[in-house]
Amino acid sequence: MTIILTAVITLLVLALIFGAVLGYAAVRFRVEGDPIVDQINALLPQTQCGQCGHPGCKPYAQAIANGEPINKCPPGGEATIQALADLLDVEALPLDGEHGEEKPPTVAYIREAECIGCTKCIQACPVDAILGAAKQMHTVIVDECTGCDLCVEPCPVDCIDMLPLPVTPQNWRWSPPQPAPLTDKMPQRGVA
Amino acid sequence: MSAQIRLWDIHGGIHPAENKSQSTTRGLEQVPLPRQLVLPLLQHIGNHAEPVVQVGDRVLKGQLLASAQGQFSCPVHAPTSGVISAIGPAPYPHVSGLAEPAITLDNDGEDRWTPLDPMADYQSVEPLELLERIAAAGISGLGGAGFPTARKLLSRPEHPIHTLIINGAECEPYITADDMCMRHHAARIIAGIEVLMHILKPARILIGIEDNKPEAISAMRDAAQQCAAQVVAIPTKYPSGGEKQLIQILTGEEIPSGGLPADIGMLCQNIATVLAIHDAVLLGKPLISRIVTLTGAALDRPTNVEALIGTPIRELLAFAGLQPARLHRLVLGGPMMGYTVAAYAPIIKTSNCLLAATLDELPPPPPALPCIRCGLCAEACPAQLLPQQLHWFALGKDYPQLQRQNLFDCIECGACAYVCPSSIPLVQYFRAGKSEIRALERQHTRAEQSRQRFEQRQERLQREAEQRERDRQERAEKAARAKAAREAKAAEDRAAAPAEASDLARVQAGKANTLSPEQKQLKIAAATARMALKKAQKQLAANPDNTDLQAQIPALEQALAEAEQAFEQATSQEGS
Repeated sequence: MTIILTAVITLLVLALIFGAVLGYAAVRFRVEGDPIVDQINALLPQTQCGQCGHPGCKPYAQAIANGEPINKCPPGGEATIQALADLLDVEALPLDGEHGEEKPPTVAYIREAECIGCTKCIQACPVDAILGAAKQMHTVIVDECTGCDLCVEPCPVDCIDMLPLPVTPQNWRWSPPQPAPLTDKMPQRGVA
Repeated sequence: MSAQIRLWDIHGGIHPAENKSQSTTRGLEQVPLPRQLVLPLLQHIGNHAEPVVQVGDRVLKGQLLASAQGQFSCPVHAPTSGVISAIGPAPYPHVSGLAEPAITLDNDGEDRWTPLDPMADYQSVEPLELLERIAAAGISGLGGAGFPTARKLLSRPEHPIHTLIINGAECEPYITADDMCMRHHAARIIAGIEVLMHILKPARILIGIEDNKPEAISAMRDAAQQCAAQVVAIPTKYPSGGEKQLIQILTGEEIPSGGLPADIGMLCQNIATVLAIHDAVLLGKPLISRIVTLTGAALDRPTNVEALIGTPIRELLAFAGLQPARLHRLVLGGPMMGYTVAAYAPIIKTSNCLLAATLDELPPPPPALPCIRCGLCAEACPAQLLPQQLHWFALGKDYPQLQRQNLFDCIECGACAYVCPSSIPLVQYFRAGKSEIRALERQHTRAEQSRQRFEQRQERLQREAEQRERDRQERAEKAARAKAAREAKAAEDRAAAPAEASDLARVQAGKANTLSPEQKQLKIAAATARMALKKAQKQLAANPDNTDLQAQIPALEQALAEAEQAFEQATSQEGS
């Protein structure tokens, strides 16, 4: 009987100590926000295009954290899916074609002569990258544009073009060489 | 001073065929003025310069054409006098062959200088003012990297520079521009070093020159006799002219990974940059020309020329007797680190050599074979990296691993690819890996920026919605208050109506109370008497001669007085 009592008391005391420690830790090391959502959000391309069906990247990050598939982000493409799969330790799925295709990055250009100054695109832009006022010509701040396409639809005069980012010597990339073919045969060599 | 100092060795390195003698036999030549000069706005690392001239402007030699934008930028000056014929995208000496914004200057043949501002007694001038002068002269590193020199000189103000290293190693095959510069301008270079000594106040100055340039070494030793700078001949080995490698050879110290020489109190400047500093400070001349080696077996007379910045490459090659039929590859820079360019591009501040190579000189590389893990590349690497490992990670596009293996410490010297028995183009892998990582970093910064802007917009929208909601509530409250006030007023009005009626009754009652029937009668009597008097007075006024009326008036007056008196008596009695 004493043994049982001792055991119960010991366990009770231990439970109280651990409960106190955990309770203290919960208060002292409280984490604000949801860290996994922020981690997912950091991997998303932040185009805020809404092609995934959510109003921006953060809401999609939230949805992924709640178990949505990770393959709904066309601007991020395979690289983002792979990164998300690594982070969440799930299988990398191919991009869901329903939400669009992976395209090279583009930026919006307003054909300024045709702009009527309706401000509809300004309201549509998720990152405030369009400058202008009512009945004044609008223009896109190219450095801020994410190429999300959201301004194209509302334009009543269709004066917005999505153009690929211009390649300059500053953002030009060296292409990797073609890797050596892995064959058993010895390739013909030129003058060594 | 030329006392022997102890030299250290770098890890790895190679000994490719030097091929330097071809271009040193003709001395330093002048090229005829080109008809047109193309001056890119980006000839350095950093921001584009901003044009300060317009198309059609007539400019003088040495005049400012484009000003620096920010700290990491360099101005551009007119290399000769002439007319600005275009500002816009123009050919650029880059491996991509892409155009860059540039100012095109049509030479007027006069070559007339703008007034210069030489500074003879720079020693009495503050170093910072000298730095401003160097920055205003548009000097960026002429060794190849193109880092703005003034910026480099004050790169780490918290670390005083104790050792100044002047890089005259020129280790890459074929290139002899610095060699020629030292042979012909040794005195000016030493004077430039003295300017740097005044700015930096280093404890020692070492001029490192590879021992395959005996003429340059002796010219520099002769010039440096009165100077604290020490000319040091270093063994010929590629790539001893790399900044980090030269510092290691001369001082035995290594620059930490990702760091700058200034972190260990050292600073390295190229020979040609020092010459440009001399010209800028002592002569007041901006950087408008440089020495370029024209070499390669496709040229009939390989040589070194003092060429104006912006001279089209094809004009320089024509000067050196290019045989187009023999030309296989046109390389800007040397055979190890240079890259293919187009002949219509101009030379810029960083262009030190044009190699017009024949097929025999630069044969196409044999097809790459699989890596056999021989390890020769790791033995040859001067940065002590593991090119083989980097190669595998580059193949697998494992960018985080590439960074962990210090890909960015690779100086792209090409020693690994040179020794590779499988002819794997390792440097190309590393360059591709580096540009991919940089692109990813740019993309990441952009994404971060977009995220912040998106969140700020969301906050703003929320703020606006809240404001609207508050305004709406305020309006609703106001409306409710106004309604309540109206209702209250109506109720008050209803309540006030009976009160007014009673007031009237009270007044009427008061009036009734104040006058008794007798008083009324008296009042009526007084009024009748007054009326009678007035009537009589009127009639009298009409007929002044009527004596009857004249007689009546006093009687009437008396009657009125009596009546009024009686009424007053009655009311006063009532009141008291």
